[in-house]
Amino acid sequence: MADIETKKKYNEYVKSKSPMTKPFPTLIWAFLVGGTICVIGQVFYDIYSAVFPEFTKDILRAYTLCTMIFLGTLFTGLGLYDKIGAFAGAGSIIPITGFANSIASPAIEFKTEGWIFGMCVKMFTIAGPVIVNGIVSSIAVGLIYLIFGI
Amino acid sequence: MGKIGKQTVILKNKPNIISSYSIVGPKEGKGPMSAYFDKIMPDDMCGQNTYEKAEQKFMEKAVFGAIDKAKMRPQDIDMFLSGDLLNQIISASFTAREFDTTFIGLFGACSTMTESLAIGSCLVDGGYVDNVLCATCSHFASAERQFRYPLELGTQRPPTAQWTVTGAGATILECTGKGPYIEAVTFGKVSDYGITDVNNMGAAMAPSALHTLKAHFIDMKRTPEDYDLIFTGDLGKLGSEILIDLLEKEGYKLGVNYNDCGCLIFDKEQKTFMGGSGCGCSASVLNSYVITKLLNKEVKSVLFLSTGALLSPLSSQQGLSIPGIAHAISIRSD
Repeated sequence: MADIETKKKYNEYVKSKSPMTKPFPTLIWAFLVGGTICVIGQVFYDIYSAVFPEFTKDILRAYTLCTMIFLGTLFTGLGLYDKIGAFAGAGSIIPITGFANSIASPAIEFKTEGWIFGMCVKMFTIAGPVIVNGIVSSIAVGLIYLIFGI
Repeated sequence: MGKIGKQTVILKNKPNIISSYSIVGPKEGKGPMSAYFDKIMPDDMCGQNTYEKAEQKFMEKAVFGAIDKAKMRPQDIDMFLSGDLLNQIISASFTAREFDTTFIGLFGACSTMTESLAIGSCLVDGGYVDNVLCATCSHFASAERQFRYPLELGTQRPPTAQWTVTGAGATILECTGKGPYIEAVTFGKVSDYGITDVNNMGAAMAPSALHTLKAHFIDMKRTPEDYDLIFTGDLGKLGSEILIDLLEKEGYKLGVNYNDCGCLIFDKEQKTFMGGSGCGCSASVLNSYVITKLLNKEVKSVLFLSTGALLSPLSSQQGLSIPGIAHAISIRSD
């Protein structure tokens, strides 16, 4: 077992030698892909508002979100979303399609362990923390509204 | 002669490599080593419905391939030594279930190929068994699932990442024959230099390779120049550069005779970043490229060292550092 000083030196050496992710192409791809996904969302929003003029903004948003979630899941199932993610990085993770991908991909992967203990249990292994933190923070914000009455 | 120095065993009865077989998946089959593999599967599912079953099938095909090549029957095998990366080494034990022989399951992570050959050659050399079959395998998809993320998840791989090889290799050792033989083995010690990044296995394993190589050179009173070729298992591009640096500090210079199986198995266009990894990496390269070179007498002495990262998904989630291990075998063909 190496001593602490050797370990520290070795870790510093490894850090200096390891290649880093190149920020320039990564940022450009994330911007382009993320932007494209948002434009697609906006196109659907505009189509829905033209086809259903009686819908309120909230309903139109819900329709758009459902469509984007469907597309994210569809592209995951077709085996294309991971290929986009490989170069788009955060560009395809952050939009709601990325959230759909994070639920659909473990669902596909763990189907071999059965529908209940495989798919249903494991489909939240990646998205679970997002849901937990989303609910906890919405409770916190709700309480602030309730107490201070803003 | 037996044991010399602290970690090395000299094998006086020359355990011969009487048969070797390698099988890989389609991606590896498109790499620079494709001409040397015995079989390239067109599909990484191997006709199965899960990746775990496919991985086991790869090993089964390698094992029976080696037995057929030696013109033996499965019941002629005295002992089967094997291991893999999956939990409870199921690929190995499920393969052992397929034939009637004694079995010892091993876990040395990606060092399993030389671990099994080192133990196997000692057993054969001592006359405790007539022959021994050593095999290991890995599968990209089953390793990703166990150690990383689901395949379809849209994540970006860091530049230090390596690509688990889908493939298997099997070797049969016996004290008769005229093939390449194992002259000496050096068993490795576990070393941990505090690397916690699971995406930088090369850096985690390089110190263990350093210690085993150094022990081998000291015990055998040799230098790297005494070998025609020196291979490490799956340190990858970064890990092998680190090993060269570390060994230079110890006074040994690895020259053009040094290469890493992880760097050999894929080319740059295949976007594996640092190269291949996994038990199947060193197993498939050893049982194809390396043994072919020895059989053709293109080289006479090879020092082969598989390296393993002894982590589990649990240990890395708990933030523990990654210990490494490496075992070396010296193969000669006179």
